[in-house]
Amino acid sequence: MEWEAVIGLEIHAQLATKSKIFSGASTAFGAEPNTQACAVDLALPGTLPVFNAEALRMAVMFGLAVDAEIGHRSVFDRKNYFYPDLPKGYQTSQLFYPIVGPGHIDIELADGTHKRVGVTRAHLEEDAGKSLHDAFPEMTGIDLNRAGTPLLEIVSEPDMRSAEEAVAYVRKVHAIVTTLGICDGDMSQGSFRCDCNVSVRPKGQSEFGTRTEIKNINSFRFIEKAIKGEIERQIDLIEDGGRVIQATRLYDADKDETRSMRTKEEANDYRYFPCPDLLPIVIDQAYVESVRHSLPELPDARHARFMEEYGLGDYDASVLSAYRDTADYFETVAKAVNDGKLAANWVMGELSKFLNSNNLEIKESPVSAQALGELLARLKDDTINGKAAKQVFEAMWNGEGSADAIIEAKGLKQVTDTGALEAMVDEVISKATPQVEQYKAAEPEKRGKMLGFFMGQVMKASKGTANPGQVNKMLKHKLDALCD
Amino acid sequence: MFNKTLAELARGLAKGDFSSVELTEALLTRIKTQDSRYNSFISVTEAEALAQARTADTRRAAGDAGPFTGLPIAHKDIFCTRGVRTSCGSKMLDNFVSPYDATVVERFNAAGAVMLGKTNMDEFAMGSSNESSFYGPARNPWNTDCVPGGSSGGSAAAVAARLAPAATGTDTGGSIRQPAALCGITGLKPTYGRVSRYGMIAFASSLDQGGPMTRTAEDAALMLNVMAGFDPKDSTSIEREVPDYTATLEQPLDGLRIGLPKEYFSSDLDSAIAEQVQAAIKEFETLGATVKEISLPNTATAIPAYYIIAPAEASSNLSRFDGVRYGYRCDSPVDLEDLYKRSRGEGFGPEVKRRIMVGTYALSEGFYDAYYKKAQQIRRLIQQDFIKAFEEVDVIMGPTTPHPAFKLGEKTSDPVAMYLEDIYTIAVNLAGLPGMSIPCGQTHGLPVGLQLIGGYFSEARLLNIAHRFQQATDWHQQAPQGLAEE
Repeated sequence: MEWEAVIGLEIHAQLATKSKIFSGASTAFGAEPNTQACAVDLALPGTLPVFNAEALRMAVMFGLAVDAEIGHRSVFDRKNYFYPDLPKGYQTSQLFYPIVGPGHIDIELADGTHKRVGVTRAHLEEDAGKSLHDAFPEMTGIDLNRAGTPLLEIVSEPDMRSAEEAVAYVRKVHAIVTTLGICDGDMSQGSFRCDCNVSVRPKGQSEFGTRTEIKNINSFRFIEKAIKGEIERQIDLIEDGGRVIQATRLYDADKDETRSMRTKEEANDYRYFPCPDLLPIVIDQAYVESVRHSLPELPDARHARFMEEYGLGDYDASVLSAYRDTADYFETVAKAVNDGKLAANWVMGELSKFLNSNNLEIKESPVSAQALGELLARLKDDTINGKAAKQVFEAMWNGEGSADAIIEAKGLKQVTDTGALEAMVDEVISKATPQVEQYKAAEPEKRGKMLGFFMGQVMKASKGTANPGQVNKMLKHKLDALCD
Repeated sequence: MFNKTLAELARGLAKGDFSSVELTEALLTRIKTQDSRYNSFISVTEAEALAQARTADTRRAAGDAGPFTGLPIAHKDIFCTRGVRTSCGSKMLDNFVSPYDATVVERFNAAGAVMLGKTNMDEFAMGSSNESSFYGPARNPWNTDCVPGGSSGGSAAAVAARLAPAATGTDTGGSIRQPAALCGITGLKPTYGRVSRYGMIAFASSLDQGGPMTRTAEDAALMLNVMAGFDPKDSTSIEREVPDYTATLEQPLDGLRIGLPKEYFSSDLDSAIAEQVQAAIKEFETLGATVKEISLPNTATAIPAYYIIAPAEASSNLSRFDGVRYGYRCDSPVDLEDLYKRSRGEGFGPEVKRRIMVGTYALSEGFYDAYYKKAQQIRRLIQQDFIKAFEEVDVIMGPTTPHPAFKLGEKTSDPVAMYLEDIYTIAVNLAGLPGMSIPCGQTHGLPVGLQLIGGYFSEARLLNIAHRFQQATDWHQQAPQGLAEE
């Protein structure tokens, strides 16, 4: 039988506010446990929440970016359950009236076609703390630094039909929230997390199969692997005569498998009700419009513009527009050198290689976009050749100065003076009698390949500064003259 | 000195008749020697009180004294006080020393008040008799076999017994007004949002409101001047100017329109109380008021609605008491579930558990619409009853309680009978209105309370009405028999 997967996703994006959603404590990552938890975060008796308006602005930005309805009156609800890293015994969330209503996101599939995925809703809520199971022998430690960090939970429609579509959607949401600057998108630190709802059904059937929810996936690659694995598991199960049990499953990246965490029967009754400590959030159209005016250019629009304005191909434009930092960097380079394709090659090539091997983000690059642009300008105006450019880049990466200073200091300026080049070419030819003889003896159509040896010698003699195009032309001319 | 009101003490301090240290020492001694009869205090903060009194005297000597500087008061043990145990009447918080001050406490400290201690209360403010306190019941100074009412029973008893000239209280369904009535003192529950709830341990967030418990309306005005005002730390507090509540106390009552809800004078009402309340109404007529009967048709639904909404909110508010971060933790838990079950099972008393169970049930999947949602609809109907009534009258009057103070143990085995003691006060919380209780008579040697209900933010008017009544009568000056003399 042919099977079809049905996938819906819940993405939790930590909002990049400076302070927490209901308290003034800092949201910075990596502090000593419990140093960023104030009386409100510890849920001391008598404390009360105060809503951080910055979280609202960010949620509205997201809503506008996915063309969603904005809830002009949204309400916080309490989701009640006991867990040690949930200090109040309830999570403040939004069930009945979310801030962001239905919207949509377009994704591009491998075959180049586009697909529209529905966004059911997005709502504000607070993150829980963390349980530290390894910190103390036979005890569990609680770190409440993360408790109260604002989250935007983005819920999709069950519109995706394969792991690849799901990943394309997640990447797109990631690109949107990072471009908006509302989330740092760091999956390894948990600031962007994804839960996947997966079910299968015979192709053509309209009813959904029983779904499972996979939690705890912290990379794009694992999302794809986890979903693929879960689809296979469900199909095998059904084909062997079993049935899928509605459950929450945890993904174990080490074993590349999911295992059941709790079934529906074991699920909590969360006893949602409106939080009486917080007033409903009421916003007017003027507020929504003011947020709309502050929106940066979104990935889709930037993608299209990169293709048109800089003549980039679809793939390059898509890679360069997916992250705001990358896109901004690329544009600065492209403008400085006035050559989009050259800028794209270097940002996606040499720069990306250095960033990856040093494990750096583009905004941490020791070579600024402006500096790279200046280097490429020297390449473009033939001051240096491509080989020298890589040498200069490495020197710039190591902090040895500007492109011009390094070119000067290392004497990498390209020799384009015909007289000087001619002297070098003549010298090489005169010293390479056996190779000249081979050249002369060769079939005319094979001589082109044999130029390489002479090129190498001239470049060596010029310490890499000879203009390769000119040398090539000159060699061919002189050697061919010897053959006549 | 113990029979002086806050206003009189303020004048004495200003004139230099006595210092704040002298006054504080005298009250601390009186608490030490007398409170074993009343059990009105959970904690007496002697050292802190004397330090505050010394600071107050220094301020006064430097010419820097405000109207409240050096005046001693007690705080209900529901208000968080930095460095001092804040128990909320519960074993759960018997070991809890708050690291911060409630906004109300902060305001009194800033005004130069002296905190004598923390008063007894029903556990987590759940009760109408103070009998659910982990620290044992406070007793009614008028008859120590009787309850002082609840949940602010300790505050009421302390003020009635002249152990403190004034105290703070909180009122979720009558917890200021009912004990004020039963102990013969003056109590005011302000409009919801008038006084910050920050640092006031939550029972039912949408109903809780702090307020003053004093001997006179004038003293309540002095207290409210300090307590009231917007607090950015409480999202439900209201940004609205605070008048000087003492400024309008003397206004005449000519033309005041009093409404008497017929539902408040039904056969459930003790006949002696009915007579005393009617007599008080007559007094108001001689002061220039007119009286008409009104109807609050949804009165009978207030108690059932309240006993859904308040426990529902409480079941969630009290989830934080889990034995993990502070408060009571059971001995050697074997696992997380054991830690939760025993810490909460051993830390909470029976009335608190009963309400957590009721609230949890009311919010459960499949019951939410039938209970919580329905109760919220009733709440709106009750609110509309009042709004309609205030189109015709300026103030609503009636009894505060259906009976005078009852005997200790009399209603503990019948929770519903206990809940019905709040029949006249609960609707006011559901509507978020200000309400007040003032002494208006006695029966069998026990005080009777008159309830005044006003429109939103009409505290100044209520205090004015109460003050004029207290100038014309002396019920508020009556003291329980057998109080220790100076």
